[in-house]
Amino acid sequence: MSETLVSVEDMKVHFPIKRGVFLDRTVGYVYAVDGVDLEIKRGETYGLVGESGCGKSTLGRAMLRLNEPTNGRMVFDGTDVSSLKGEELRRMRRRMQMVFQDPLSSLDPRQSVESILVEGLRAHDLDKSKEQTGKRLRELLSAVGLPSTALRKYPHEFSGGQRQRIGIARALALEPDLIVADEPVSALDVSVQAQVVNLLQELQDQFGLTFLVIAHDLAVVKHISDRVGVMYLGGLVEEATADDLYAEPLHPYTRALLSAIPVPDPQVEDRRERILLAGDLPSPANPPSGCRFHTRCPWRQASKCDTDRPVLREIKPGHKVACHWAEDIEAGVIKPHEVAPILIEETDTMSPDVPLVGPASVTEALNP
Amino acid sequence: MALLEVRDLTVVFERKGEEPFTAVDGVNFDVEPGQTVGLVGESGCGKSVTSLAIMGLLPKRGARITGSVVYDGTELLKLSDRQMRDRRGRDLGMVFQDPLSSLNPVIPIGLQVTEVLERHRGMPRKEAMVEAKDLLDKVGIPDPNRRLSEYPHQLSGGMRQRALIAIALACRPKLLIADEPTTALDVTIQAQILSLMKELVQDLGTALVMITHDLGVVAGLCDEVNVLYGGKVVEKAMRHELFAKPRHPYTHGLLASIPRLDAPRGEKLTPIKGSVADNIPWEQGCAFAPRCPNALEVCTSVTPAEEDQLGRLLRCHNPVVPGTPAAEEVPV
Repeated sequence: MSETLVSVEDMKVHFPIKRGVFLDRTVGYVYAVDGVDLEIKRGETYGLVGESGCGKSTLGRAMLRLNEPTNGRMVFDGTDVSSLKGEELRRMRRRMQMVFQDPLSSLDPRQSVESILVEGLRAHDLDKSKEQTGKRLRELLSAVGLPSTALRKYPHEFSGGQRQRIGIARALALEPDLIVADEPVSALDVSVQAQVVNLLQELQDQFGLTFLVIAHDLAVVKHISDRVGVMYLGGLVEEATADDLYAEPLHPYTRALLSAIPVPDPQVEDRRERILLAGDLPSPANPPSGCRFHTRCPWRQASKCDTDRPVLREIKPGHKVACHWAEDIEAGVIKPHEVAPILIEETDTMSPDVPLVGPASVTEALNP
Repeated sequence: MALLEVRDLTVVFERKGEEPFTAVDGVNFDVEPGQTVGLVGESGCGKSVTSLAIMGLLPKRGARITGSVVYDGTELLKLSDRQMRDRRGRDLGMVFQDPLSSLNPVIPIGLQVTEVLERHRGMPRKEAMVEAKDLLDKVGIPDPNRRLSEYPHQLSGGMRQRALIAIALACRPKLLIADEPTTALDVTIQAQILSLMKELVQDLGTALVMITHDLGVVAGLCDEVNVLYGGKVVEKAMRHELFAKPRHPYTHGLLASIPRLDAPRGEKLTPIKGSVADNIPWEQGCAFAPRCPNALEVCTSVTPAEEDQLGRLLRCHNPVVPGTPAAEEVPV
């Protein structure tokens, strides 16, 4: 069980910011992922949480080389994926599949479910004979809880939850070892979310899959993950087992994040203490010096925080944190103080991570 | 007397070549002065259409609105467009879900705030600018002087939502309707906005109608909660009552299907089977019946009536006995 399936070393993804018409001058970089190390063991679910813009999706995509990493290695089952090219990389991809956030835009509207599922099988020469493929497709559909009549239908004929099931079936079709699920439930209604969450857990038990679940909803991540990594502005700030992370968060950001999540229980809500963070997430194109979180941290100290970038270090068995003062904060030696919000220059528009739940217009309400 | 009385509000959309669609089906609720009332439900349950109908923002053509919406003794549905315009923004404020699309992208924030003050309070521009600065300050926008001359795209999502709240509260309305005000925001920003709204509502004594799909938001904010399903209120109770003893199988199921941060790990979620697409029309019984673990035969033949049960309203033939765990259902 403890065998490492994926290990990521010093992964960096920097996107150039270009200006100019004729000469594409690079005027800066967006430091989307800036030095992440992580390991995922075979058969476990690793949850990656963070707010929009923290680089969690980019990290997931860079691991599958859907975005080319600027620096760093990703070793998958003993093979260095970052050095693979062409056909080798293509064959490697069979073993690493992805489930996307928006089930409607990640399924081709003009392909039937059968053709969506068969496409991957064909590309990897798994489509040997008609009967075998037919049997495999029916297996897949029953694994994700869809009737076999779904094969002839098109994505628009399904509800959101069912579409996400098709996306999961597509990822399963190639019998992958690793599935990267990027916000698999955030586009779904709450009553349907639970169906998909349960399905992911069942599939893991059934097929021994390894999951990397990327989400902004800490409650969902905590529910399905064995270990959780918390990201802030391109770096991991804390990593622990799901229970430890919730029971004793060590990083100030994790504490604030946990206290910000509403719990559907008025008694808990009335009693709990909120750590309200001041201001917004700084721009990843111009990250703060030292600890990325020092501009909003209520526990910020006069030394070190704004000059040295803390490394992720293990301070308890299996519990890593990137904070200079984690021990002192936990012991209560350092007390939180007021933080004045700092102006953040907004350059980009809405984040794609956060779904807009509910009909956007009256026409949409009429034709769901 | 209640500040807002919504009685039997029904909104039917006419559709070309199709059956008319009833988005809101006989919704009743009251909002007392200073009270926070929640409307909760999933997409398509009619919560947003309810708010648009109250504000008179639905298109005249295509939408048929019946019932009554009485605000402070005035029937809002009978007002002319001109009269409604005088009220909107002055007596009733509204905050929408997506702050970017509800602010005008080509007008500076300052002018969008002063517009309300000039229109409703007759302030001269100069005076209004000073007031606008105070408002932005009050909603926690840093450096308000500079922000006044900036455009919406220069603000972050959270700041935009704050600006929108400043506009909605500019005339100190007695009633504020917030339609998913934090859905487009990150959790830490959501916590900021919710605590801001809570504070402002308490300071100004404004009544708040909070529309959301997030039961967690409701649990911390609302006094009374209306749970909507398929255009009808299926359960209405004070928040402590509702969360401690959900009686309607939908509310019960909803609460059982949310992963909770404080629950022990490994606990399996109990989803509600099927999806909204499985609903049957209310005329044929209970819309939720096909998804309901408690469904009886009567549920698919007789429309359940709204019954008062010890201060809570319930629309169900076979309500959940308090304390029962959610029925284990095999997802379809």
